[in-house]
Formats: sequence, structure tokens, C-alpha cells
Amino acid sequence: MFNNLKRKLFIIATIIGSLSMFSIPQNVSAGAHEQYFPIASSRVGPYSAMGTGYYGAQIDYMNYVNMNGGVNGVMLTWQECETEYNAVKTVECYQRLLEKDGQRIVVFDTLGTPGAYAVINRMAEDNVVLAQYGYGRTDGADGTVWPWVFNAASHYWSQIAVKLKFMAEIEGGIPNMEGKKIVHLHIDSAYGREPLPAMRAITEEWGMELVEISIPPPGLEQQSQWLQIRKEKPDWVTFWGAGSGMNSTAMTNAARVGFPRDRMMYVTFGAAEEDMYPAGDSAVGTYAVANALPGDDFPLVAAIKEQVYGAGKGNLADESRVGSVYWNRGLGAAVMWIEALKNAQEMHGKVGKAVTGAEFRDGYEALNMTTERLAEIGIENMVAPFSISCENHEGAGKFAVMQWDGEKFNQITGWEAPLDPGYIRSLVETSAAKFAEENNITPKVCS
Amino acid sequence: MATTISTYSRNDYINFSVLMVLGFLIIPMTVNSDYWFTSILIPWLCLALATIGQQVIMGYTGQLALGAAGFMAAGAFACFNLILRVDGLPFFGALIISGLIAAAIGIVFGLPSLRIRGIYLMVATLASQFFIIWVIDKFGWFKNYDSSGIITAQDIVIFGRPYTSPVDMYLVILVVVTVMTILAINMARGSTGRNWMAVRDMDVAAESMGVSLLKTKIQAFAISSFFCGVAGALFAFTYLKSLEPVAFDIKLSFKILFMCILGGLGTINGAFIGAGFILLFPVLLNYLGNNVFHGAIDATIISALEQVVFGVLMIVFMIYEPLGMARLWENLKQRFFKKKDK
Repeated sequence: MFNNLKRKLFIIATIIGSLSMFSIPQNVSAGAHEQYFPIASSRVGPYSAMGTGYYGAQIDYMNYVNMNGGVNGVMLTWQECETEYNAVKTVECYQRLLEKDGQRIVVFDTLGTPGAYAVINRMAEDNVVLAQYGYGRTDGADGTVWPWVFNAASHYWSQIAVKLKFMAEIEGGIPNMEGKKIVHLHIDSAYGREPLPAMRAITEEWGMELVEISIPPPGLEQQSQWLQIRKEKPDWVTFWGAGSGMNSTAMTNAARVGFPRDRMMYVTFGAAEEDMYPAGDSAVGTYAVANALPGDDFPLVAAIKEQVYGAGKGNLADESRVGSVYWNRGLGAAVMWIEALKNAQEMHGKVGKAVTGAEFRDGYEALNMTTERLAEIGIENMVAPFSISCENHEGAGKFAVMQWDGEKFNQITGWEAPLDPGYIRSLVETSAAKFAEENNITPKVCS
Repeated sequence: MATTISTYSRNDYINFSVLMVLGFLIIPMTVNSDYWFTSILIPWLCLALATIGQQVIMGYTGQLALGAAGFMAAGAFACFNLILRVDGLPFFGALIISGLIAAAIGIVFGLPSLRIRGIYLMVATLASQFFIIWVIDKFGWFKNYDSSGIITAQDIVIFGRPYTSPVDMYLVILVVVTVMTILAINMARGSTGRNWMAVRDMDVAAESMGVSLLKTKIQAFAISSFFCGVAGALFAFTYLKSLEPVAFDIKLSFKILFMCILGGLGTINGAFIGAGFILLFPVLLNYLGNNVFHGAIDATIISALEQVVFGVLMIVFMIYEPLGMARLWENLKQRFFKKKDK
């Protein structure tokens, strides 16, 4: 009997031993002069166009920085983990990427609102910045309640407000909006519902009728929703989808029921070339907004193309996607990481050394991307100039409206802010205060 | 062996003690990485529990039911609302009541099983998946009128002590899973399980022998949903730490179904093995892809390859070991343990 027991223990020990090998960090050796970043990518599944472009740009930019001597000599390292744009897997990836060689991540970027919600409550405890580049939990813009969460560049409530403002301009002013009907057609997830609080408030104020129609993910089947839209005869449709399949299906269905495409406003995460191409001619005329404009003639984009792709180190298999919407958005996000890292090094006397999460947070909060600074980096006009403060974690809060002409997006407005940014801000503060009260959080006092 | 009729052999007791020592002492003492607790052990135990629920209905009673994730969602949201709205309700109390609520829903959706069977029942039970999620989405009350639709799960507090660290939560789950697994093993080995299996193997014969089809099937549905409900509540409260209907989509139901089939239908240990394989193998592949082939192959191709490898392995497995991994484990045990015992 004891023999038996011993053998069993031995086998169990062997299994544990072999498994624990995986928990031992491997790969790149540790060093004080390296800064480690997580890449929680989504390269497979319906959202792959988004994931490959966005995370590809982040990796490309980090390669570019490394090729040019790093950040004051600190080299950037990273590790990738596949989330498939799935909240459950994002949690696993977050835990897996959290530490490498004894160094902890300083920032996390889920590129997905469901994923952001799944990890958002871990940030303060783990000392990690959640950088939601134009997605995620909107009231994270209130830095007093969410010191570790940032919405830069610009959250969904500003985005919907900018869209409504644009519509009002086309309709000839806010008084004309009264009695107009608007359909919010959205993917049935936290992401699709995120703009609703602001949207409900504004449409009610303007005397508009808001109809909310949801599409279950992955959203390739939209026939009944579009039949409903045909019945409702709305004046405008704001479309909040995710994934090229869903985004292009909406346009082909709109064409089928004869809904004019130039009365459709796409969300930032539907406004990419990959979302438009599959719909072919049905896509022409669709409006979309951007927080980082596409284009490959920005000096930084051209430099990365030349230096990184020239050396064969580019992350995208298809080089022509450099300068596309998702790639440029990822670049915008990565630029902010690196700028924050520079700030953190300078603020805490750690120039040329790795920084901690708390130091990085301070650096991120001190971001001040003036037009001059953006020009220096080489992305002037690609993103709107902005600064972040202790209270306001949103950044610019501005969007540019673009229209698809069948081949590319044409920018048709400059960087537009909501009509009443103070009102949007008050909504954010109310929502954050409610969260703080429910969860017994004492808001931080900003001096 | 003892001369009296004993349900369990000495070996069973040894196995049990070894596992308990391992689970309650060795793992908490030796594993010091949060990653292992929060991302491997906790979801594994939760999903294994849900898979046991699926085993009860599919493996033991032979009813092709799909929709385990729906019952998990029911359990999770029931638990959230109970803790939110009932003052002073202890966590385990809320857990049991959420299981019972899931069981009640399970009974309703189990009723069609009396009339239809096989693949048609699968379609009928599929409705539960969509219906439960739809109800939670449609009526804001379930989500406490949260605008985003994702709510933060409360902290687990037992006798005034919060259990929030990964090790604490792991131990809480381990207690629940241990108790419920013992219950499941006993049910499966006792008259309850015999009734289930009689219905599975030939329901007409079972009925003619005096086994009530109504009672047996409904009971199996209730117990299955109870397990899924408790698993769902644990999954949301310890792993996701947030509640969102989308997390309990049809994909999760299929995953649990695969865990059940791959682990071995009609086995309890198969539930644990199957859950481990389906949950951990993609993680392992992703890990290998990123560490071994990092830089050598395009990252997008690695991500896609992981899914290909996983799919191929599932097919190969089903061809060469249709009885599941539990059988494979039995065979291995035979080879390694039994030789010297003679």
C-alpha cells in the first residue's frame, strides 16, 4: 500500500514539476535598462483586422524606438498574448503578461471595452495604468475616482456628442433636430451600449426620438434589425459595431433596404479600410469619425516604413496596411506610452532606467502633447493636440469626421469637440461619483 | 480488503487523501505565483464543476442538452442579486440559493426532454441559453440598472473575513468543488446514478423496471443546472470579478460540452481532465508560440496555428480514444500501477 502511495506521490510530483517549468520566466534576460510592455493582441477571429493593425503598430513603433537607441538608452521589450477579443481570455492574458523576469508591466491596453471592464478593477491594486485609447469605460476619464485609468484619446461619450453635432450641422442647426428619429444600431455588448447614457441625454434635450436596436455578436446576421430600421424610417443611424464582418454586413444590408449611406455614422472601431472594402460599392458615402487619422505621409509613419520595414522587421505581413486607420491608431497609442515613459524617467530622476507602475502613471498623467511636440514626433495632425491632468483623463475629447469614397477615407471636418464639453464632463463625473459611492472609494483630491 | 460491503476501496481513500493534501496544503504552500491561481487553477475548478453538471445530464442520463453557460449566467446573476439585495446573507447561502434558482430554471427547460430526445432535445435546450441571456440583458433589474451592462462582482466575505487574494479565493472554490464532487460521485454511484444510467441506456426498459422517467429526467436536469449555477457564480465572483451576460455565451456552452465529451462521457474525473485540456491547452500553445517561435514566425500565423493544432488534436483524440481522456488515464494507471500490485 505504501509503495502504491509513494509511486502516486512521485507521479504527481513529476506532473507538478513539469508544469511548473512553464511558470518560470524565460526568454529575454532581465536588466535594469529594459522596460517591459504587454501586447494583449487579438489576431484571430472576427476582430483580427483591428488587432493585427493596432498591435502591429505598437510593436513597429517599439522596434523603431529601439533601433534609435531606446528611450534614453532604455530598451523596450514586450511579450504577446492572444485574447481573441474575449473578456475571459483577456483576464488570463493580463495575469500571464503581468510580470516577466521580475519586471511588472506599467501599462495595459486591451483594445476592447469588454476586456477593459474585465480588468479595470485590478489596476489600482496592481499599480498598472489602463490606457484605453478611445475605447473602454467612459467614466474612467474622471481621474479622481480612477487614478489608474485613462481614456486618452477621447472617449465614446465625446464621440457620440461630436457625431450628433455633425448631424445637427448637416440638418441646419439644433432646432431642426427636433422630432428627428435616430437609430443606435449596436453590437450587444458593453462596448455597444457604452455611448447610450450620453446619447439618451442629448437626444432627449434636443427633442429627438432615439431607437436602440441591438445585434448579438458576432453580428453577421442583421436582416431583422435592418427590416426594423426600414419600418422605423429613421433620419440617421449611428452604428456601433466591431469586426470587419459585422461592419461591412451593416452597409450591405443598408444598401438592400435602401437606407442612404450618407445618413450612417460609423464608430471609430468600424471606421477602417478593412471594414469598408468587403462592402464594396455599398460602403460609398458612409461617415465615420477618427481619433487618429489614417495616412502614410506623416513623417513618423514614413520613418517607420523606411527604417523598420526597410530592415525587414515590420510586424505587418502586408506592408501596405501601414498608414491605415487601425495601424495609425495603434501608433498613436504607442507614442503615448513612450512619451509617458520619458516623462516618468525625467520626473522621478530615473533617466536611462526602468520605471515602476506608479512612476509611469505620473508620467502618463503629465502628458502634454502640444502641436509642437506632435510635430517633433512626426504625427502633427494625425491626432488632436491634448494634455492630461489629474482630474481629466480624457485628453483631447475631439474627433475628425471622415467619409468613405470607395477607395479611401476623406477627412471632411477638422478636430471637432462636442458642442458642450462641460456637459459631457458633468455626465462623466456623475457616473464616476456613483461608482465611487457604490464601491466605497474616496475620490482623490487633486491639488 | 475489508470483509464488510464497502462502497469505497482503500485505494479510493488514499487517492482522496493525496488529492486533498495536494489541494489544500501543497499547492497553497508551494505555488506562489498569482497567475497560477487566478488564471489556471480558479477557472479550471469552476469549469470542471460546470462540466460535472454537464456530465450528469449528458454523460449519465444521456440527454443531449446544450446550454450549460445559460445556467451558469443564471447562477452568477442570482448570486449577485442575492448578495446585493438580501442583507446579511452569507456567501455560501447565496451560492446555494443561486444554485437552486438555476435548478428551478433547469427543471422548466428540462420538461421538453419528456417528449423529445437526441439531437432535437439539444435544439430545445439551446433555447435556454438564449432565453436566460436575453432576460438578463432585457431587464435592467438583474444588472441593478448599470448603464454599461457590466457590473462589478462583490467581494466574497465569509464570517466577516474578506476572501479576495488569489489563494483565498482558490481555497473557497476548492472547498465548494470538493464537497460537490463528493456529492456527484456518490449520486453517480448510488441508486440515483443507476436510475440515470438506466434511462440513458434504454429508457423504455428502465420505465418497465419501475424507474420513473419523469422523476429521473427532471431530477437530472435540476442537479445538472444546480452544478452549473454554482459554477457560474464562482466563475463570475472569483475569476471574472465582473458580471456580463456576454461572458456566458453559446461558445462557453460548447466548450463545456467539449470538455465533457473529451474528458470522457459518464465519468467524474473526466470532467476535471476535460476542463483542464480545453482550458489549458490553448494557453500552453499560445505560451509556446510566443516563447519558442517568437520572432521566427509571423505572430498572426502563430495565433492561427494554435487554433489549427488544437482542432487537429481534438479530432485525433476522438478517433483514437473515443471514450475520452478519462479512459486514457485509466489505461495509463493500469500500466504504471497495477503491474507490481499483484
